[in-house]
Amino acid sequence: MKKFINTGSKDTRSGFGSGLAELGRKNKNVVALCADLVGSLKMDEFISENPDRFFQVGIAEANMMGIAAGLTIGGKIPYTGTFANFSTGRVYDQIRQSIAYSNKNVKICASHAGLTLGEDGATHQILEDIGLMKMLPGMVVINTCDYNQTKAATIAIADYSGPVYLRFGRPVVPNFTDKKKFEIGKGVLLNNGYDVTLIATGHLVWESIQATIELEKIGIKVELINIHTIKPLDESIIINSVKKTKCLVTAEEHNFLGGLGESIARTLSKFYPVPQEFISTKDTFGESGKPSELMIKYGLDKESIIKSIKKVISRKQQ
Amino acid sequence: MKNIDELNLLVPQIRRDILRMVHNVNSGHPGGSLGCTEFFVCLYNEIMSFNNSFKMDGINEDIFFLSNGHISPVFYSTLARKGFFSIDELKSFRLINSRLQGHPTTHEGLPGIRISSGSLGQGLSVAIGASQAKKLNNDSNIIYVLLGDGELQEGQNWEAIMYASAKKIDNLILTIDLNGKQIDGSTDEVLSLGNLKNKFNSFDWIVFELNNGNNIEDILKTFTEAKKEINKGKPICILMKTEMGNGVDFMMNTHAWHGKAPNDEQLKIALSQNKETLGDFKFD
Repeated sequence: MKKFINTGSKDTRSGFGSGLAELGRKNKNVVALCADLVGSLKMDEFISENPDRFFQVGIAEANMMGIAAGLTIGGKIPYTGTFANFSTGRVYDQIRQSIAYSNKNVKICASHAGLTLGEDGATHQILEDIGLMKMLPGMVVINTCDYNQTKAATIAIADYSGPVYLRFGRPVVPNFTDKKKFEIGKGVLLNNGYDVTLIATGHLVWESIQATIELEKIGIKVELINIHTIKPLDESIIINSVKKTKCLVTAEEHNFLGGLGESIARTLSKFYPVPQEFISTKDTFGESGKPSELMIKYGLDKESIIKSIKKVISRKQQ
Repeated sequence: MKNIDELNLLVPQIRRDILRMVHNVNSGHPGGSLGCTEFFVCLYNEIMSFNNSFKMDGINEDIFFLSNGHISPVFYSTLARKGFFSIDELKSFRLINSRLQGHPTTHEGLPGIRISSGSLGQGLSVAIGASQAKKLNNDSNIIYVLLGDGELQEGQNWEAIMYASAKKIDNLILTIDLNGKQIDGSTDEVLSLGNLKNKFNSFDWIVFELNNGNNIEDILKTFTEAKKEINKGKPICILMKTEMGNGVDFMMNTHAWHGKAPNDEQLKIALSQNKETLGDFKFD
């Protein structure tokens, strides 16, 4: 398989911060808002370079979403920044009415998604946000896997007119994707294989690469695809792959209700039903702990992926 | 300035529009709409300056946001009578395939609407965002926003009220429709708003009291005074007392007509109290 080299581990949120700063220099309509989490969202560079285009809203996320919607009416492209939990569940109706239904060009940028937020525990570890956001008509939903991809996505969504949910995380993770242009709605084939399709998003992509390498050693050829855009979903790359492999595993740091796996199951049930296993949380809240411990406990690690792949291949053979 | 008589001609006609729209579909919110008719007439015919061709950005125009979207009938009638769309389109209010949804929306592309509203408490935040965009664009025009009084029970408003003074949002005029009534009864019975003047003052807003929000001359006078406070570093609020159901005797002094349409007989009586001055819209 192709080698994926970690060019230096970084947090995805720093990719957001760097992308936002770059955008600030080249697109004067880009503005940013934050609800008292500037440091966590890595927004300092944008703020110091563009103080007039930054709005510190304080701990008032509902107001932030409304202000963002209003800013678009003067032609601005607002990027809101807070934790994923406060970017979605807390402000669902504000997003639904003032942004999605009103078709406002707001970019909802959400850090600290999922279990890897770690020690703060379940109050902050949202595992339902992808589902909440993908259910909103017209909302684009993106979940990036590393620093480079997050930076590229941050820049790319400014050129797309309409509401976007961009989800990334807190922990330092390997940075391995190339720096080419981010294409919304386009899956990325990471490895050709024929025994099983493995589709991963976000932090699970690196784990999936590790699982693919392990399985190759025992003769299982995994076709690995990175889906960074959960909505709109790149259906053709998925369908074409499972036509070849006849089974798949989906991997995400999210509840299996409402997540990427569910979107893919819906697509395949219509066009090409095959056995599927889900690497995801299973209708549960998270808890405090180190990110790596949590990922193992909740079955979101390399070993769990390998187990699921073996299981789905045996289901295919039955 | 338009002749006051001209504005007074619009008022009964818009009331007729409201009554006929809600009667036709046996649903909608006549009470608050009737109570704010004079306000809308003044706003769109005297107070605001805007272009006749509608552009979402509203750059170099005054912009109005309706937060209490349920009073859409008065908003739609005012916009139609101002030429944003045809008066006869009012007949499609709340019908299937209509641009005139129960609550206003940008979703169907109706000219004059810049935000969807209906779920309460969101309009002030949006208006503040638009005010800040105007400042970034060096656009000296004004943002206007209307909230219902009961709507102030929504917490998001108080986030926005705090923000507006802290960030010196001084190119915005907020009007509160103080009719003292909401679905379940008077605002005092449901959840008292307390002393709103003191509340806004303590949040460091400039507050005007408009004690007869159903009187055109009083409305114009108060807004003229309010506009003098623009760009002075503080947000501006007008506490506008109105009578819910104004202009229809049996709809006044009660909260019963908040969200209820008149029947055939009631419509007849209500219309008899409001002369057709500029021509009714036509049903097919």
